[in-house]
Amino acid sequence: MRKFIYAIAAAGLLISGVAHADAISDRKAVMKEKVGASMGVLAKMAKGEMDYDAAAAVAAFQTMNDASKTFGDLFPAGSESGGETTASPKIWEDMDGFKAKLAKFGDDTAAAVAAAPADKEAFMAVFGNVAGNCKACHEAYRVQKN
Amino acid sequence: MKRLAAALVVIAIAAAGLFWLLTMPAHLDAAITANADAGDAIRGERIFNAGGCASCHAAKGAKGDERLELGGGLPLATPFGTFHAPNISPDEKTGIGSWSGAAFMNAMLKGVSPQGSHYYPAFPYTSYARMKPEDVADLWAYLKTLPAVERANIAHELPLPFRLRRGLGLWKALFLSDQPVVAIDESNAQLVLGRYLVEGPGHCGECHTPRNLIGGPVKSGWLGGGPAPEGDGRIPNITSGKGGIASWSDKDVAYYLESGFTPDFDAVGGSMVEVQENMARLTAQDREAIGAYVKALPFADAK
Repeated sequence: MRKFIYAIAAAGLLISGVAHADAISDRKAVMKEKVGASMGVLAKMAKGEMDYDAAAAVAAFQTMNDASKTFGDLFPAGSESGGETTASPKIWEDMDGFKAKLAKFGDDTAAAVAAAPADKEAFMAVFGNVAGNCKACHEAYRVQKN
Repeated sequence: MKRLAAALVVIAIAAAGLFWLLTMPAHLDAAITANADAGDAIRGERIFNAGGCASCHAAKGAKGDERLELGGGLPLATPFGTFHAPNISPDEKTGIGSWSGAAFMNAMLKGVSPQGSHYYPAFPYTSYARMKPEDVADLWAYLKTLPAVERANIAHELPLPFRLRRGLGLWKALFLSDQPVVAIDESNAQLVLGRYLVEGPGHCGECHTPRNLIGGPVKSGWLGGGPAPEGDGRIPNITSGKGGIASWSDKDVAYYLESGFTPDFDAVGGSMVEVQENMARLTAQDREAIGAYVKALPFADAK
């Protein structure tokens, strides 16, 4: 019986360990492949390295907005460390503050989608609002590891 | 025996005298400070932003015009103790409103207070020592236009040996110099400007260069990054050495300082956000010069 309990406990640890590793790699992937990649498209248009494309801009804002809705679930207790996470311990000390930043990111990207900027001038106004969210959150909740 | 005791006393007095001489706070020549009160406040605003004065001397998290209220406040936790940035607003009683331009210049370039004692190098005069006196005069003129804030300074929290400031004279003899760190092509005006902004007012090396056991910068690792002095994480290598910015162009560096975005659209974080926002207030020419300089640096590998 005791062996069985140990085995269950060990399996539980293993599963939770894997789950946390998943959370860390998932949140990295969302940040890089969804949010970062969208930012790349938007910033290239902002810098004038790419012609303004209204449909591409709205699609990028929409991808960011989708990410903002699930991103907060990827920080379960126990995923504070490991997997070369650059998440700051402050996230877990102040989960409400972290979620508030994320909610603002959601609001600003939703507003950008709704605005559907037709030309570059209109785009630049909403772009600035959206882009400011990145560092507003990283300033408090992200640490540099390399 | 008596002779030995007498000799020891003589040696002790000589050693104390030598220590006294070596640790004596040095002042600038009167010729250098002659125009300290004749600066230009408009030009001084650029120096204020390049130096990021507000990041330590304004209240934590200050945004917009609050950044100009320099009542002090930021605690700086270091391996030597916790320093509290003082009030540098023009308030006569609690700030530096009663100072002369020459006193300000001696503080910036020599790390010496108006009362003639050494400042701790938490105030990054090891970098400011490389500034042009005329830029310091402009900064002084600008600071005097800012609002006076009445707020008494908080004493630094240091263990006993570090409470004695006199010994800092030895530290200064080792690490304080007005000479540039990196040798570059002196005929390249952009590189010279970039080096000046980074090594002088920008004081980038204060965080991005590793320090030795007594807190002096390790010049062989110049701008190579290292463990963060405060809390978790690391300060990045901003040379093109291992773990650094080899894949960045100088334009990428300038764009990062302007927008906060890296070449792969990761965003600036931590205490660098304040720095980046100050750099964003400089001209594109200044940011591009900084980019050219860091791309011309000797490679240092992140430790």
